[in-house]
Amino acid sequence: MPTVTLTVDGKQVSVPKGTTVLEAAWKAGAFVPTLCHDPELTKPGACRICVVEVKGARNLVASCVTDAVEGMVVETATPAVVEARKTILELLLDNHPEDCLTCHQAGDCKLQDYAYFYNVKPGAFGGEAHKYDLEDDNLFIVRNMNKCILCGKCLRACEEKQGRAVIDFAYRGFKTKVTTAMDKPLADSVCVSCGSCVAICPTGALTEKAMLGKARKWEIEKVRTTCPFCGVGCNFDLNVHQGKVLGVTSNAASPTNGRDMCVKGRFGVDYVHNPNRLTTPLIKKNGQFVESSWEEALDLVASKLGEIKGKYGSDSIAALSSARCTNEDNFVMQKFMRAGIGTNNVDHCART
Amino acid sequence: MSTLQQMRSGIEESYKEKQNRARIVVGLGTCGIAAGGNKVMEAIKSEVATKGLDVDIDFTSCIGMCFAEPVVEISLPGQSSVIYGGVFPDSVAKLIDGHLVAKTPVTEMAQIQIPRDASPYEGIPVMDKSGYYAKQVRSVTSRLGRTNPESIEDYIATGGYAAIEKAISMERLDIVNEVKKSGLRGRGGGGFPTGTKWQFVHDAAGSKKYIVCNADEGDPGAFMDRSVLEGDPHAVLEGMMVAGYAIGADEGIIYCRAEYPLAIKRLNLAIEKAEELGLMGDNILGSGFNFKIRIKAGAGAFVCGEETALLNSIEGKRGMPRVRPPFPAHKGLWQKPTCLNNVETFANIPFIIRNGGDWYAAMGTEKSKGSKVFCLTGKINQTGLCEVPMGITMGEILNDIAGGVLGGKKFKAVQSGGPSGGCLPTDKLDLPIDYDSLISAGAMMGSGGLVFMDEDTCMVDVAKFFLNFTQLESCGKCTPCREGTKRLLEILERICVGAGVPEDIDTLERLAKVIKSSALCALGQTAPNPVMTTLRYFRDEYEAHIIDKKCPAGLCAELLTFTILKDKCVGCGVCIKACPAEAISGEKKAAHVIDAAKCIKCGACVPKCKFDAIAKA
Ligand SMILES: Cc1cc2nc3c(=O)[nH]c(=O)nc-3n(C[C@H](O)[C@H](O)[C@H](O)COP(=O)(O)O)c2cc1C
Ligand code: SF4
Ligand code: SF4
Ligand code: SF4
Ligand code: SF4
Ligand code: SF4
Ligand code: SF4
Ligand code: FES
Repeated sequence: MPTVTLTVDGKQVSVPKGTTVLEAAWKAGAFVPTLCHDPELTKPGACRICVVEVKGARNLVASCVTDAVEGMVVETATPAVVEARKTILELLLDNHPEDCLTCHQAGDCKLQDYAYFYNVKPGAFGGEAHKYDLEDDNLFIVRNMNKCILCGKCLRACEEKQGRAVIDFAYRGFKTKVTTAMDKPLADSVCVSCGSCVAICPTGALTEKAMLGKARKWEIEKVRTTCPFCGVGCNFDLNVHQGKVLGVTSNAASPTNGRDMCVKGRFGVDYVHNPNRLTTPLIKKNGQFVESSWEEALDLVASKLGEIKGKYGSDSIAALSSARCTNEDNFVMQKFMRAGIGTNNVDHCART
Repeated sequence: MSTLQQMRSGIEESYKEKQNRARIVVGLGTCGIAAGGNKVMEAIKSEVATKGLDVDIDFTSCIGMCFAEPVVEISLPGQSSVIYGGVFPDSVAKLIDGHLVAKTPVTEMAQIQIPRDASPYEGIPVMDKSGYYAKQVRSVTSRLGRTNPESIEDYIATGGYAAIEKAISMERLDIVNEVKKSGLRGRGGGGFPTGTKWQFVHDAAGSKKYIVCNADEGDPGAFMDRSVLEGDPHAVLEGMMVAGYAIGADEGIIYCRAEYPLAIKRLNLAIEKAEELGLMGDNILGSGFNFKIRIKAGAGAFVCGEETALLNSIEGKRGMPRVRPPFPAHKGLWQKPTCLNNVETFANIPFIIRNGGDWYAAMGTEKSKGSKVFCLTGKINQTGLCEVPMGITMGEILNDIAGGVLGGKKFKAVQSGGPSGGCLPTDKLDLPIDYDSLISAGAMMGSGGLVFMDEDTCMVDVAKFFLNFTQLESCGKCTPCREGTKRLLEILERICVGAGVPEDIDTLERLAKVIKSSALCALGQTAPNPVMTTLRYFRDEYEAHIIDKKCPAGLCAELLTFTILKDKCVGCGVCIKACPAEAISGEKKAAHVIDAAKCIKCGACVPKCKFDAIAKA
């Protein structure tokens, strides 16, 4: 592949042709912030936080949408660049609630991180800020459009990854807002609650309802697992706090699904701590289910299976298991049926 | 001989005959209609009918003298055509009796005459020699107000469709080179060399290419493109066809704002007529060249004038600018190579092809060739449309064409380039108008709107007006423009009500600099220009607002105080009645006083006082 060599902050770096200045700068070890850029989505070049100076260019250049070309001379931290980035952050913060104290996103928020890095404080211009009502009509998602920085990642994820295009920009100028068609509640839209928008939002504008107020981002332990719901085999991170599963966050490194998930996987693991779940075996005695020990239950099943097999043969027995069980469990189940019982009568709920 | 050539001689013959009959022509552009042109037309028809006169009645579009609308032209065979201004239904009889019956022009209503064989009438300025047109050229506007825009015959008789006829016998690249040679630069604002753009699209790979005409014209105070579309729609179509042939496109789209219904109607009619005569459609003039044009009505967002937002809008998407590069020349409409030009740019093409690039390049300055159409508005005596050679000075436009400042007031500034442009002060009146001089002065050519302001204008207020516009029209995509223009506006609003602080000037300058250098599209990049130029040329006015809490122009109400001058007030009490806030009191025949706490600064009392006793400062 043809490469180009450019200079970033005085350092030479070679990258494949077609690489953006942003990626080249990162490769050269430079710090360049981004808000609207996402490697998996189309690039709008909208937030302008990634501007750099390119020798010979009339204006600052948005590095995420500019191709690196041979001999380019890039500076990522000149006074003009820093002034622009700080001003852009000031502009964003001026129209943003000062809510890092109770915001669920705190600790994992790009706006917060960059404000810290550039030491930018809120209130630089003291102008009008949006006062939208909190939108929590959707079962799983809370939208706080006051925290939205209009990076547009959510709507691109919705359109480009999910093929839904449920949300888009509406209105103009300062009143611009990400809305559903006709600015209706999410619950009344064609949203399928896949949560892709939540997963990609760089701020606390979109959050998982179930996790709100449960734990700070840095207290959460992430445990990678495979989705128990269907056969696709999506990987994601269980968000665990004090031994409890609070919810799920997708992980871009998941081999099958990346950050994409369906509503069940992303928002359906609350069954883990559901009080209606069975945790001990039940045996029906005199028409009533009665709790029993594992020993008693397994003994009963073993004797009954042996009885039936002896009387009617192996093929009179079939096993049906759940796709919610792990692959390992299901493997053991079929092995038991074939080797132990001697039949191929195995099936499970998600076969069709 | 082609079908067109066969048609042409007949058409030219009857056009000449038509011109040689007694004629009344009413100006029915949007400005003429708004001024009452349709009623004048009815009055003329009934007057002619009752008098049983043998006279042709026709209509045309705006000739440029919007200040004189409704405009009516009357001519007798062989005699000068006289254009009358301010013709209302009640003056129709007088005009017809005088000019047509008694054969003596009504000099006091005459604006201008266009001489023919006979010597000109006495006492009426001759077009091109004196009056409104003395410093003008009539090139791209030559048919405006002179031909019937709904008649393809008028167009053909005045050289129309000769350019496409010539073009299809030329090599494609020779057409591109001819346009290059003309030096024509885009008239939509950016001033990009048109020939170079055509070359890019010509060279771009791909079999499907598009021609797009930008007729979105959204600047406040600009109506050049509307006037051209209403007055010479075929020229725009022909320009697009030539472009299509040159770069290899078979489809053209005109993106016209829906607020221009007359332009859209005349364009549709023109397309229909051209198709009927085989001048558009398949196998044009037997050349094998196919070209179709359709119109897309835009919903009136200023940002949709930006070329990539316009393309998004045609594609049915939200009108938001795209990142460039890729430029439309490479990836435009539906990602295909697209040649996108402004209305006036396309309208110039037939003239350039017919007369040659050198002819066009002979007009204008070294780097800005040809002529440019401007719209003159604001505090001037003659508002309207004019076409001038590039390089003319702002002062010549103000004094010789616009007729100077209204009411004998002093000139203060002129805003060139609309909301993206800048305010130029008196000492820039000798600035030659060309792309580069205007930019170096902090303004820009823009699409050609010139708003003149007099001494009573507050420059902070002007900056506020334009920022309010850009802030509302920002598409909201990028942070510096969406949030930054809002903050610029808020600071200006603050200054205008006396709540400004000295640091505000620094904040304005810093914000302006960042928005200019980091916004995504030219809307944002140029939005701070009105603030930057007023700060550059009228900084003292900002300081007066912020430090002295005074508006030197006496316009910002919150900064005014109304006081009654004791030595002048005779205590007549008239002002008490005028005051809506009951702020004035006083004994009869004793000096009155204004209670500052009650005064709402409406200014109603000032003109009522016959003794000039109420001071506003
Ligand atoms: C905010 C904005 C509004 C614009 N509006 C118009 C317009 O109304 N008409 C126009 O021809 N060009 C407009 N332009 C310029 C176009 O983007 C483009 O440069 C032009 O149409 C190209 O044609 P030209 O080369 O013939 O000038 C606008 C640009 C911006 C940034
Ligand atoms: S979204 Fe980020 S910056 Fe905003 S309140 Fe939450 S943590 Fe703070
Ligand atoms: S939850 Fe999924 S479908 Fe709904 S808006 Fe977000 S991305 Fe679109
Ligand atoms: S909701 Fe989040 S992802 Fe969507 S535009 Fe706002 S900040 Fe960006
Ligand atoms: S500069 Fe303004 S109009 Fe242009 S893309 Fe940015 S927000 Fe939209
Ligand atoms: S109108 Fe003039 S003169 Fe009469 S009372 Fe008022 S200020 Fe005095
Ligand atoms: S300016 Fe208006 S409110 Fe004030 S005193 Fe005069 S009339 Fe009354
Ligand atoms: S990250 Fe480059 S413009 Fe947003």
